[in-house]
Amino acid sequence: MTGRSIPWLKFTAPANFYTLAQRLVPWLWPAAALCAVAGLYMGFFVAPPDHQQGDAYRILFIHVPTAWMGMLLYLLLAAYGAIFLVWRIKMADIMARAIAPTGALMTFLSLWTGALWGAPTWGTFWVWDARLTSTLILLFLFLGYMALHAASDDREKGGRAASLLAIIGAVNVPIIYFSVEWWYNLHQGVSVMRSDGPSMADSMLAALLLMIAAFWIYAGAIVLRRAQAEALSREARTEWAQAAAAGRLTREQRERAAVGIEGNRPPLESGGQT
Amino acid sequence: MVRPLWTLLQRDISLIVTRRQDVLTVVAFFVIVITLFPLAIGPEPEKLRTIAPGAVWVAAALASLISLDRLFADDWRDGTLEQLALAPQPLALTALAKVLAHWLSLGLPLVILSPALGYALGLQGIELAVLAGSLLLGTPVLSLLGAVGAAMTLGVRGGGALMALLILPLYVPVLILGAGAVNEAMFAAPYQAHLSLLGALLAVALPLLPLAIAGALRITLD
Repeated sequence: MTGRSIPWLKFTAPANFYTLAQRLVPWLWPAAALCAVAGLYMGFFVAPPDHQQGDAYRILFIHVPTAWMGMLLYLLLAAYGAIFLVWRIKMADIMARAIAPTGALMTFLSLWTGALWGAPTWGTFWVWDARLTSTLILLFLFLGYMALHAASDDREKGGRAASLLAIIGAVNVPIIYFSVEWWYNLHQGVSVMRSDGPSMADSMLAALLLMIAAFWIYAGAIVLRRAQAEALSREARTEWAQAAAAGRLTREQRERAAVGIEGNRPPLESGGQT
Repeated sequence: MVRPLWTLLQRDISLIVTRRQDVLTVVAFFVIVITLFPLAIGPEPEKLRTIAPGAVWVAAALASLISLDRLFADDWRDGTLEQLALAPQPLALTALAKVLAHWLSLGLPLVILSPALGYALGLQGIELAVLAGSLLLGTPVLSLLGAVGAAMTLGVRGGGALMALLILPLYVPVLILGAGAVNEAMFAAPYQAHLSLLGALLAVALPLLPLAIAGALRITLD
């Protein structure tokens, strides 16, 4: 491996990743909670009511972050899929697989909150509007990824097929978006990322940004946790995993496990790459 | 390099055509799905006319999906696919030849039949030509996309239903553009833009998706 000098490659070893995540996650939970509380306070008590929609718009503080997270997580999923396909880094597949349920959840939440928002403002829970439809399709892509990953008996094979699907899906996402956009449009226009600055009050923007931070950090925490669990279950028979599950993983065990990645793999994994 | 691929193309076409019921099943499926629409919606010509482009396109997409289910399955089961993968020809081209053979024997009949079914649903004149033209450009893309799904779900539990879940979302742009072209024609609006975009999708899909199919096949055969 030529990339040995790059320190982040260290975390492609599940044992090292596990320890890193173990250190990060306890900080991420309170950070996410803090941002969420601050964001919700700003959103509900500080931000002024909208001059058209009154208080109904306040669901935006959940709706927008979840919608963004859904798309972002799909791209991240595809990126990890590509890394897994090209370099066969097992940890990338574990991460991609850990991202998928959170991504699906976020996409679902954005559809759900969108429906709740649509009821008072558009007078309907669901319309076949461009963004709603493409978000629904994004949800299907997440579900397809998870279904394909789970369908194969061989985890390695299932992971590779699912990664390929994720990449094809990611290429398709903009095409789907534009074709649907073209097809019909009712959703309100862009209001945050505009060249003339955001078209909302400062306190609204602050609340929105806090909520976005909260969702990012939450997603990071839950994905790392899930990846930890997945790493443990995939390496269940190795020394480090058993020590980690018992809560006393020592530095020596970790380093031995990390070296094992380059040399002999544990007997559970078949390293056959032809 | 062309010769073996040509042979493969001929072999696949003759394999499909000799088992005549395969072609008939797909064509019958296409016709029956379209027949269901008037039965479910009612016989008013105006209503049927409005749904005609969508109905024909949805039926074509579903027919393509069910027919692709077995694109690689037989060759995979008897080991032919493995031999094809070992052959000196690039697997992507082999896959392209297989998809082409499949489309010629199972996709083209739908395109040829579509004006008759469009007429039955109340489309007329130029609209029928646009319908057939959009299917001519669109169904190869559907076949290529479906072939990726077929390659991915080879030997996987619940392959057919899983393939629908994987592939139908990817069919969306083709469906929108194809049915959109006919809709434009129905309002005497310029439909060329939709057809051009369909052609663009085909131009993008033709070189790229065979690579994806080959990748998926390699994963399956590994």
